Amino acid sequence: MAKRIVYLMIVVALLTAACAPAPAAAPTAEPTKAPVAAPTQAPAPTAAPAQPLVFLSTQLTPVEEQEKMRNIILKDMTGAKVDFISDAEGVVVDRILAEQKAGKVAVGVVGVLHGTFPNLLAANALEDLTPLVAKLSDRPIVKEFMTLGKLGTDKQYYIPWMQATYVMAVNKKAMQYLPAGANVDALTYAQLAEWGKNITNATKEKKIGFPAGPSGLMHRLTQGYLYPSYTGGLVTTYRSDDAVKMWTDFKAIWEYTNPQSVTYNNMQDPLLSEEVWITIDHTARVVNAFKNKPNDFVAAPAPAGPKGRYYMSVLAGLGVPKGSPNRAGAEALIEYLTRPAAQAITLREVSFYPIVESALPTDLPDYVRLEADGVVKQSKASDAKVALLPIGLGAKGGDFNKIMQDTLTRIVLKGEDIKTVLNDQANQLNALMTELKAPCWSPDPDSGGTPCQAK
Amino acid sequence: MRVKAETILPYSLLAPTLIFVTLLIVVPIAQAFLLAFQTPDGSFTLANFQKMANDTSFGDALKFTLLLLIFIVPMQVVLALIMALLIHTRFKGHTVFLYIYAIPLGISDLAAGIAWLSIFTERGYLNSILNQLGILDKPFLFLSYQNLPAMFGTIVVAESWRATAIVMTILLAGLQVIPRDYFEAADVFGATTLKRTLFVVLPLLRPSLQNALIIRTIFAFQTFAVVFALAGRVIPVLAGESYNWYVANRNPNIAAAYAVLVLIFTVAATWFYLRFLQTGAAEAGYD
Repeated sequence: MAKRIVYLMIVVALLTAACAPAPAAAPTAEPTKAPVAAPTQAPAPTAAPAQPLVFLSTQLTPVEEQEKMRNIILKDMTGAKVDFISDAEGVVVDRILAEQKAGKVAVGVVGVLHGTFPNLLAANALEDLTPLVAKLSDRPIVKEFMTLGKLGTDKQYYIPWMQATYVMAVNKKAMQYLPAGANVDALTYAQLAEWGKNITNATKEKKIGFPAGPSGLMHRLTQGYLYPSYTGGLVTTYRSDDAVKMWTDFKAIWEYTNPQSVTYNNMQDPLLSEEVWITIDHTARVVNAFKNKPNDFVAAPAPAGPKGRYYMSVLAGLGVPKGSPNRAGAEALIEYLTRPAAQAITLREVSFYPIVESALPTDLPDYVRLEADGVVKQSKASDAKVALLPIGLGAKGGDFNKIMQDTLTRIVLKGEDIKTVLNDQANQLNALMTELKAPCWSPDPDSGGTPCQAK
Repeated sequence: MRVKAETILPYSLLAPTLIFVTLLIVVPIAQAFLLAFQTPDGSFTLANFQKMANDTSFGDALKFTLLLLIFIVPMQVVLALIMALLIHTRFKGHTVFLYIYAIPLGISDLAAGIAWLSIFTERGYLNSILNQLGILDKPFLFLSYQNLPAMFGTIVVAESWRATAIVMTILLAGLQVIPRDYFEAADVFGATTLKRTLFVVLPLLRPSLQNALIIRTIFAFQTFAVVFALAGRVIPVLAGESYNWYVANRNPNIAAAYAVLVLIFTVAATWFYLRFLQTGAAEAGYD
C-alpha cells in the first residue's frame, strides 16, 4: 500500500511538473530560438527539396481546420510537400522576423491577414511577387484585392488567398418577434434592441448573444461594425458624441443579451443549444449551426447604424519571406491555393470565401449556401460599406484589441460612465498609436502618414 | 581516498536535482525578474509595475485570486483530510476509492474547465438534470456576470474537484508513515475513533498538512485555465492576466511583472505556513 502511494506521488509530481503553467518561465528568447531548430541549410537548387515546404499561417488555427487544410485542401497539391503550421499572429510575426535577423529562413510561404503584411514589409522581410502575377492571370482575382496586395507600392507583395466576414445568424423561432416594419435583411441596431426586448417579454429569456468570451471576436464587432456604423470611423471618432450614442444603444441591446455571452468564444454552440437565437460572429464560427440544423437558421446581414451598414472584410494573403529556401515550391503552393477549384474546396471545408470573381460553385453543400446567402446580401445591401481590419499594428494588435475589450467591460459590464471611460481609453489609444506611428486606415480619414489619433 | 569518496557521494547524489532546479526554476525566475524591471529595449524601469497596477483588471485579479485562495484552500484541506482518513481505515474496496479520487490528477486543468463548463452552462448537464427532476422549470444561469457569487461558486466547485486529490495524496502518504504503535497505544487506553483522530492522528499529521497547504496554496496562485473556461474575463486572476499579457497582448515585460507578484505572494504564503505551523522532529514521529 505504502509503495503504491509512493508510485502515485511520483506520477503526480511528474504530471504537475509537466502541466504546471509557469508564467515565470516566459522568456522572450523563446520564439526566436524555436525556428532556428528547423532545417536551416538552403537545399541545392537542382535537387528535389528533401525538406517539406513550411507554410506558416495565422489563419485556420482551430485543430479541425488545420486538419482539413492538411488532409483535404492540400491533398491534390503537387510540386512540393507542404508542412502547414498555424499559430497566433505575434508568434508568426516573431518567427518570420527572427529568421530574417538570423539569416536562416525556413518558412516557405506565409499566409496572414492584410493588416499583418505592412509589418513584414517594414522589416524588409517579403519577396517581390510581381513576376508571379502574370502566371496567375488565368484566374479572375478581385482587382481591389490585388491592389491591396501591393501594400501601397508598385510591387506585388502578397497574393490574395481567401476572405472572411461576419454574418448575423438567426434562429427561425425569433422571426415571429421581429418588430413591426422591420426587415431582417435590413435591420438597424435600434431595431435589434427592440427585437431582443420583444423576445424577452415573450419568453422571459435573453436570446441575443455576442462572442464576448476570452477568445471570442467581440472586439472585431466593435472595430468593424458598431464603431463605423455609428461614427463613420474608429480611432479618430473613439470618444465622439456619436460614439457615446453607440455605447448607449449597445447597452440597450445588452439588456436583452444572454449574460453568459462573457463565456462564449464561438456562437455556433450557444445557437445550437438555443441559449441564443440571434447573434453576429465570424462565418467560420457559426457555420456548424447551419451545418447541423440547416432548417432552423437563416443568415442575414449585420445591422446598420446612422452612418451605414458597415461590415468587416477579412482578407488573408499569401506572401513569401525574403530568402525563402524553396521559391519554386512556394510559387507552386500559391498557384495551387488560388485555383478556383481549391478556392471552392476552401469554402466548403473551412467557410472562408473565394477571392476570385466567379459565381459561387454550384455543388456547395446546403449549409454553405445558407451562410453564403447572408454574406452576399450583406455585400450587396444598398447601404453596405466596408471596414478593414486594423493595419500596421503588428505585434501590438493585442494591445489595440485590449483597449476595445476594456472599454466594453467598463461601460457595459461594470456600468461606468460612458464619457469618462471613452476619455480614458482614447488617451491609451492615442499613446499606443503614437508609439507605433501607425497612420489611420479605412474608414478613418487618411492621416497623411502621421499617427492616427482620437480627437 | 575512501574518506574523499564519502564526502563526494552526497554531493554527487544531489547534483542532478540541483542542476535540474537551477536550469528549470532558478534561471527562469531570474529571467522573469529581469524582464519585469526592463523596457522592451533593455533599460531598467518600474513602468511595467505601474502599468500593471493601473490596468483595468488588476484590482479584480488581485481580489479574486485572494478570494479563491480563502475559499478553496481550507475547504480542500478538510475534504482531503476526510478522504484520506476514510481510505486509511482500509475498509473493503478502499483502493477503488483511491483510484477514483486520483482521476482528476490525470486531467489537464483546461480540459477540466471545459468539462465543468458543459455542466454549468444554461443548457448544460446540471440544468438538464434539475429540469428533469422538476426542481427547476427554467434553466438557472450559473455563469452570468450579473450573478458573480454563482459564477465564483462554480469555479470553487470545479477547482475543488480538480485539485483536492493532490492534497489527499500528500495527507494519505503522511498517514502511512505514522507508526501503528501509536494507534495501538490509543486503543489500549480505550480512545474512541474520534478521540484517536483528534489527539493522535492530527498532531502527527502536522508535517504533511504543512506540505499540503504549501503546495495547494502555490497551485491556487497559478490557477487560471478553469477560471478562463467558466468566467471568461469577468473574473480575472493574477496568473491569467500574466498569460493574457504574454500571449494576447504580446507584452512579456508586464507578464513578468505579474509573475513576480505571484512569486512574492507565494513566498509570503510559504513563509507564513512554515512560521505558524512549525513542526518539531518529535511531533513528526521521526525520532
